[in-house]
Amino acid sequence: MSDIYRYKTEPLKAWTKAKEIRDNYYREYAEAKQNGKLRWSGSGITLCALVKGFGDDIVRITGEPYGATIGYNPKFALECQEATETKGYARDMCAYLRNYWGSMWVDKYAFGGPFPKPDFLYTSMFCCMQAKWYQRVAEEENIPYHASDFAMGKVADTWDKDWRVEYVANQCFDSIEWLEKTLGRKCDEEKVIKAIYDECRATALWSKICMLNQAKPAPLDEKTMYSLYVLTILDKSSPVIADFYEELLAEVQYRVDNQIAAVPTERCRVMHDSQPPWSFLKLFRYMEKFGVVSVGSYYTFCLGSAWDYIDGHMVPAKTPQEQGIQFKNMEEAIRFYAEWNVRRRPIVESMHAAQPKIDYTLSIARDWHADGAIMHFNRGCEGISLNCAEVRGAMVKAGIPVMVYEGNHADDREFDENAAISRVEAFMERLGLKKLVD
Amino acid sequence: MITAGIDVGTKNTKTVIVKDNEIIGRACILTGFDLNETAEKALQEAIASAGITRDQVEEVVSTGTGRKSVTFADRNVSEVSAAAKGVHYLIPSVRTVIEVGAEEGRAVKVDSDGKALDNALNEKCAAGAGSFVEAMARALETTVENLASISLNSVESVPMNAQCVIFAESEVVSLIHQKVPKQDIARAIHDAISGRISSMARTVGIDADVALVGGVAKNIGFLKSLKDHIGVEIVVPEQPEYVGALGAALQ
Repeated sequence: MSDIYRYKTEPLKAWTKAKEIRDNYYREYAEAKQNGKLRWSGSGITLCALVKGFGDDIVRITGEPYGATIGYNPKFALECQEATETKGYARDMCAYLRNYWGSMWVDKYAFGGPFPKPDFLYTSMFCCMQAKWYQRVAEEENIPYHASDFAMGKVADTWDKDWRVEYVANQCFDSIEWLEKTLGRKCDEEKVIKAIYDECRATALWSKICMLNQAKPAPLDEKTMYSLYVLTILDKSSPVIADFYEELLAEVQYRVDNQIAAVPTERCRVMHDSQPPWSFLKLFRYMEKFGVVSVGSYYTFCLGSAWDYIDGHMVPAKTPQEQGIQFKNMEEAIRFYAEWNVRRRPIVESMHAAQPKIDYTLSIARDWHADGAIMHFNRGCEGISLNCAEVRGAMVKAGIPVMVYEGNHADDREFDENAAISRVEAFMERLGLKKLVD
Repeated sequence: MITAGIDVGTKNTKTVIVKDNEIIGRACILTGFDLNETAEKALQEAIASAGITRDQVEEVVSTGTGRKSVTFADRNVSEVSAAAKGVHYLIPSVRTVIEVGAEEGRAVKVDSDGKALDNALNEKCAAGAGSFVEAMARALETTVENLASISLNSVESVPMNAQCVIFAESEVVSLIHQKVPKQDIARAIHDAISGRISSMARTVGIDADVALVGGVAKNIGFLKSLKDHIGVEIVVPEQPEYVGALGAALQ
């Protein structure tokens, strides 16, 4: 083996299945009508286990991954963004939102054919864009719409208060009532409870998979992880996804046990921050030419997962199954579910305060052995980018070399590839790294 | 050993020849459309000024915006590393380098070995770079040198509200029509650019000694304004526009 290759590597076997799950998801949504199914749209963060109680004939599309999918195709993204801006919407709005709305207005589906119109819209709001996203769709397409609110933000004197959980739990019952009325069906409580178990399982499993990337060499690289984490944002209460993550966990553990690296030349580990610019994922492959592996980020680890934060360390949240909890009734399950989403989903904590994100970021840097950080100052998402400068400052203060590049996760017009590469090269020099391969 | 550093900037291409750590030649020419050709020409002029021949140059290192276009360079380095190295050679006590060129500005924190520890870049906004001053000098129908000189005579601070170079030009015209003295407008222009530069520098932290390099470092009006903004003394090495090329040659 050449000197530059320090570890063995092999392709991830679960990759094909992950792609298949995703492809099926988008195809089933498009083909729902011909298969006699109902279409539902809402945010990826939605308390979706509730909808599982209304039948197996409901297929969904979540807005954020769909917006990202469009962002991966700059030409189609531009068409969608211009359609949205022509309607008078500001360019500094969430890029995912502009892509989704634009797709609706130009009546094109990212996977071909017309835009598949949802039959109902049910979502959870956790940012200002989400507050209006599906409302606008409802108005445009005259579709029934209901939204519930999250108890956002880790505000110190209210964090532990029960009313935060009750606020969300009570809304779950309101949502069920609305769904019953809108769909003309009774909620099957057993199905909801099962979906809650599956969601807790899926989200905790993703956390466990992320934990394994603390190993050296890293079994996964972040570009690969983007195709894996997204499954919980597609449908986190799906047993298919929870089962897949069981398989993935086993495979990643095997890679750790056998020192199988994602990047065989690994000699430097970095962490990223924020969504990546989806049309420029080759950034990560470029860094690999220097022997750099991006081991993860607050975004990748926290968006579709469940964590506890104990003594400065991120620890996968314990599922009800792991805690030996058997829900006696729907009320108990809903309360657990509300608490799971309010207190064990870090991504919602940091959208309103700097300190939680600083804490998690420093924890990741330390426990995942990051030699540096590459921060995307992302104009496309206010929530994820909130306090990015404070987070950068905290990392610099902690002695972590940090590089910043500017861009937009799903609007290519705001991303300068040459400038970003130039900054990466300067950062590689700062880290004392030379290119290993061309 | 003789090495050449070529800094291909947006406006000028600078070359420095170094022999056993001593500068023996330099040249600066306008950057043309063909960056590689410009770099070759700049190298030839520097070689001539050094009194050596081309084959005596053992290594060519390029830097600057057009560094990858120099096909004959043996390697290239980022402007960040080049600035850090170049300043360290000239003034080893410097810990913060502020470099302002025609279209880019950067702040680099360096350690006692001249290694870059942190950096902030502006490669997007012309209002924080030399082209802003040039555009305003044209609007005031004067030279950059004269603009800098007269700004030192200003006794009144006039705010420039426009965030963008494009709109700033309109604002300068408005100030002229309002009969604001030219020296006050000149000062406002320098304050606008140094406000942006100092904000950028603060993101990496300003630790003495602070050096200002790049073409805009020769602007005495900007230098004074920047000193006032950051509140510390600033040193400007001789021929500050060559620091990047020097740093490349020393890699």
